[in-house]
Amino acid sequence: MPAGSRPRTKLDLDPAVVRTARALARRAGRPVVKLARSHTTVSVERATLRLAGLEGADSDGIPWVNRLVDAVRADAGLEHGVALPVWHAMGTGEHADLVQLAQKAAAGSVTFRVPEGAAAGKAGRAARRDVGRGITRIDRRRKERERLIARIGDPPQRPWIYLIVATGDIYEDIPQARAAAREGADVVAVIRSTGQSLLDYVPEGATREGYAGTYATQENFRLMRAALDDVSRELGRYVRLTNYASGLCMPEMATMAGLERLDMMLNDSMYGILFRDINPIRTFVDQRFSRQVHARAGIIINTGEDNYLTTADAVDEAHTVTVSQLLNEFFAKEAGLEDWQLGLGHAFEINPDLPDSFRLELAHAMLARELFPAAPLKWMPPTKHMTGDVFRGYLLDGFFNLVGAMTGQGILLVGMMTEAVVTPWLSDRDLALQNVRYVLGAAGKLHEDFRPEAGGFIAGRARQVLGEAVELLEKINRDVTHPIPLLGAIADGTFGITRRPADRGKGLDGVVRRADGYVNPAIDILDLSPNVGMGRPGAKRSVTGSPRAN
Amino acid sequence: MVRPYGDTTGDGMVQLSFTLPLPHDKRAEGAALQLAGSMGLEPAMLVHAKGMGPDFTFFVVYGRVNHLVDVSAVQVVEREYPLLSAKDVNQALRSRLRRKLVVVGACIGTDAHTVGIDAILNVKGFAGEKGLEYYREIRVVNLGAQVLVPELVDRAGAERADAVLVSQVVTQRDAHLTNTCEMSAAFREAFPAARRPLLVVGGPRFDESMTAALGVDRIFGRGTTPAEVASYLVHALAKGSP
Repeated sequence: MPAGSRPRTKLDLDPAVVRTARALARRAGRPVVKLARSHTTVSVERATLRLAGLEGADSDGIPWVNRLVDAVRADAGLEHGVALPVWHAMGTGEHADLVQLAQKAAAGSVTFRVPEGAAAGKAGRAARRDVGRGITRIDRRRKERERLIARIGDPPQRPWIYLIVATGDIYEDIPQARAAAREGADVVAVIRSTGQSLLDYVPEGATREGYAGTYATQENFRLMRAALDDVSRELGRYVRLTNYASGLCMPEMATMAGLERLDMMLNDSMYGILFRDINPIRTFVDQRFSRQVHARAGIIINTGEDNYLTTADAVDEAHTVTVSQLLNEFFAKEAGLEDWQLGLGHAFEINPDLPDSFRLELAHAMLARELFPAAPLKWMPPTKHMTGDVFRGYLLDGFFNLVGAMTGQGILLVGMMTEAVVTPWLSDRDLALQNVRYVLGAAGKLHEDFRPEAGGFIAGRARQVLGEAVELLEKINRDVTHPIPLLGAIADGTFGITRRPADRGKGLDGVVRRADGYVNPAIDILDLSPNVGMGRPGAKRSVTGSPRAN
Repeated sequence: MVRPYGDTTGDGMVQLSFTLPLPHDKRAEGAALQLAGSMGLEPAMLVHAKGMGPDFTFFVVYGRVNHLVDVSAVQVVEREYPLLSAKDVNQALRSRLRRKLVVVGACIGTDAHTVGIDAILNVKGFAGEKGLEYYREIRVVNLGAQVLVPELVDRAGAERADAVLVSQVVTQRDAHLTNTCEMSAAFREAFPAARRPLLVVGGPRFDESMTAALGVDRIFGRGTTPAEVASYLVHALAKGSP
């Protein structure tokens, strides 16, 4: 393409390099999608039962979905999915509903088998009818959100201001979340009790005992969404609710979020593998299902690239963020998510003592902005270099906010000057929001005037990081020792020093290869959603246009 | 004897900020000055007051304290071992152990902040010093974040660990203290005293003098460097402890 015929962007990235980067991410991702489509997990099967309306838990607090999946697995295996054995058993007419079936299964008075022939067809149709009701409920929730936003209104400004609530007690979280919304939060995230990501079941009911966070349960989701609906009406802007689709119950979290109209979910393609030592196959299978649900539910995902920078050097490893964003984009689009749903993450974590650290941050943030022009990027505040000097930290947060304003970020997680000191106090939050408001008010439109010098430091740095990202993606694809190069790269420690082989890690025992007759009505329905597919190489995609006019 | 220093020796000036659960009005400002007075600020200047919503007010107070600090009465944990270079650490280990020193590190409990343990263990290191992985005579097994205590005990046994390093950053509800106690109790239960690995914890909010209360051999606070940890390990193993 001759120079001058394409719209000039601020960094003037070479569109051919951008195309190469996307093509390499697609090449690395495709075999993983195939892998995901040829396996199931206990959590995918449990999510399917949740869609069919199976809720509640036994007297030990073990959810009925776990009981039923475990019983089916013991009798018939999971290779064919739970749908056929479960709805075949329901077809006998001996069980009033799924809860009763689960109770009897837990007591050992039902034996499951995979039906064949006409019986299989009958069970499959019944399963599809019941699971389809859950999907319809998710569709209705999405319409409800759209109606509420049309009636109440969106926040007047971008970025949306994202605040965290975490008391451990849902009934304490609710007044705190209301207060945060009144103080200016456009998005409220309820941090999970962090140990939850490694639980292989979802706790039930309203919970008051969390650890450094509040348990994610369907009831807690419902209570918090209802409280935020009230405060949204009061404030005249729709306040979004965020939780986590990560850890061992990722598909179930996504399903519950869709059923209870959560608006954003943290959902990263590789975070669980690298930072939680969850089995890679488990993660990719669970991830695909969860993203299909998010796509359907109109939920915005937030990816976790900030984690790469808190555990490694933010300058040396800047390109790993870009690589992860490209992979997250591929896996997201393959699962049917659209650009507006991609809250791709990045963070302000460069050592402030480094010369030109602010220019480097600006270069990295602009690179993300230009690579993903239609995505609502999630901009994460400094944590690693917050030293306990709260005064210096306040200044650093100001510079973080300034980069956010200059690069048109979509979602701004508000940085606290007491990061690494205490869980935020009321006054910390108030000061942090004053910081954000000052910067957005004073410099929110600076992006209209700011254009880095074409051959200058910032543009050069962005090109360099993109080049290193392409090199890393090439290296991943070159790994021929493993049939799925991305899994080989993860096993070899290509992403940071952690090595995560595909045959190790938590949750591996919950992974099952699908048999030829595998049936999952949820996946069947979700696969028919409009945008699902292998990265749609023929699809027209803007790589250099900048509709968000940053 | 010293006093806080504002801009003149002996002026005793301090600054303070806090929130009271009162709506912002004259009474709230008076209440803030009353608190400052009770804390020994005399005179106290209320330099800033701002309402935060209908129920709270934030204050910044400057004032003079009349307290004296007796520096001779201050108690701190002084470093009880010589600081060695990486070369000296390697040499000492080679001559004393005739094998590599095994260090198992982890963040335990719900703590997902690996920044502390990574600063000490990763080659990358901290404050310009390389981490323990860089030491030729040390074998490092970094288990990462959210490691369960039983898992840590098992791995320490399986790797024949000489020392276990645990980092704790999250302090909500004193999680760092309860986690540490749980960890040290589990090790005492699983190992006979003579074979128990050295237990070392670190984190920004630990009090270095609490080793006995927490059941560990050494506590490292904010700003600890890998060389300090390595030097301590050489020192502790030479002493034959635990």
